[in-house]
Amino acid sequence: MCGIVGLFLKDKSLEPQLGALLTDMLITMTDRGPDSAGIAIYGRPDDGLGKITVQSANPDQDFAGLDGELHEALGQPVAMLVKSTHAVLEVPMDQIEAARSALAHLRPGMKIMSVGDSLEIYKEVGLPKDVAARFDVSKMKGSHGIGHTRMATESAVTTMGAHPFSTGPDQCLVHNGSLSNHNGLRRELIRQGMTFETQNDTEVAAAYVSQKLKEGQNLGQALESGLEDLDGFYTFVVGTKDGFGVVRDPIACKPAVMAETDQYVAFGSEYRALVNLPGIENARVWEPEPATVYFWKH
Amino acid sequence: MHTFDLAARGLRELNQALHALRGVQTNETVWEIVNTRGSHAIAVGVDAPLDITVRGTTGYYCAGMNKQATIRITGSAGPGVAENMMSGTVIVEGDASQYAGATGRGGLLVIKGNASSRCGISMKGIDIVVHGNIGHMSCFMAQSGHMVVLGDAGDALGDSLYEAKLFVRGKVKSLGADCIEKEMRPEHYEALEDLLRRGEATGKARPEEFRRYGSARKLYNFNIDNASAY
Repeated sequence: MCGIVGLFLKDKSLEPQLGALLTDMLITMTDRGPDSAGIAIYGRPDDGLGKITVQSANPDQDFAGLDGELHEALGQPVAMLVKSTHAVLEVPMDQIEAARSALAHLRPGMKIMSVGDSLEIYKEVGLPKDVAARFDVSKMKGSHGIGHTRMATESAVTTMGAHPFSTGPDQCLVHNGSLSNHNGLRRELIRQGMTFETQNDTEVAAAYVSQKLKEGQNLGQALESGLEDLDGFYTFVVGTKDGFGVVRDPIACKPAVMAETDQYVAFGSEYRALVNLPGIENARVWEPEPATVYFWKH
Repeated sequence: MHTFDLAARGLRELNQALHALRGVQTNETVWEIVNTRGSHAIAVGVDAPLDITVRGTTGYYCAGMNKQATIRITGSAGPGVAENMMSGTVIVEGDASQYAGATGRGGLLVIKGNASSRCGISMKGIDIVVHGNIGHMSCFMAQSGHMVVLGDAGDALGDSLYEAKLFVRGKVKSLGADCIEKEMRPEHYEALEDLLRRGEATGKARPEEFRRYGSARKLYNFNIDNASAY
């Protein structure tokens, strides 16, 4: 099954509430996916610093002194904010790749959740309410965000199998459904230089979109291409630094409801996820059409 | 009127209270359900001549398996509204999500807004009147009953259709396998007149504005020439 929620804010006055609104939406979708949950939040970058969100199964050990060691490796100051099993490292944007290489060397067991100017991803195994509480998601601010509650079908219930998946800077994707041609497509993408962390089908879709963006397509074009190349059932919600996209496969079995007001565009696997949004009574509510790409940009 | 606060009392209590009225002489025939907030399975399995108003928008399977009751949803309905209805009437004032009226065996489903994909899939005797449009794969393998659409129909209307009668006033994006347009005969105008009246659509459309679609009956029997297709 799986549950998806997404919120793209048009009205800046709602930005301090983004985390709280998304948390409420996410918890409502618990019975669609109680095994793991994740959230991607796009903060408003204003400092020229890049963010690397990392995850560790042994956070006490891995995060101890990590900022200092990375500072030493880069020769640049590094800020670190630890949240449970995740930590956000802030380094100058032009040092991101150097920091990644250093991290692979300093903490080979640690996983990178996301990299970019504004994106942070938090995901873990467990009930959505516990995952959200663990990372204090309800206090987070931002311009847009995407959440996912997982009921696993295609790969194991692990942290890395949880959504959102991020395969490019400030890019993330969540999925309800299952892909049938992901193995072939993964091999193709590996040949093109993409790297994979899991055997999960959704990671392939995320990498596919990243590859298309790398080739110069915009988000809308990348999703259009996906309609040709991705086989299976899917409702995808995709985030980029300033964009938010939705696409469903041509059969469109996987549910999707959207709502738009002057203040926001919201996505839910079910209407239940949207009922507490401000002004929902007067929102335009509709179901995205099959094989049709929707995207919004700031 | 009996008002039931779903948020306060919960789904199980609601459906048990409604089921308890089966075969019982009661004065509690008029119900109003409030605080629905997109909840699932509201008023499923009712089997009594009740008049139920569901205030707001519902989730999956509202009014499923309905017998005898008139159930009116004032908002929009989630997937599978009135699924497998046996008799009675279900009216959705807003839009309906996918597979509205699926496998319905009787009764009348009225959708005042649009219906999404697979509306009336495998219908077996239910009548469905949609004031707006219907989505793709509607009436897939529909066996009997009537589908009346005042707006347009999406792709693959009536694919692998049996004997359901489909009437569409607007455009049909494409017809499914074995579904063809058929002539409108006097009995069809008569049936439509009655369906539009019962479907609260009198004055919105006239029977002569509709086209009829039905089965070409070419898929009823196995054809050896098609063996290679399997």
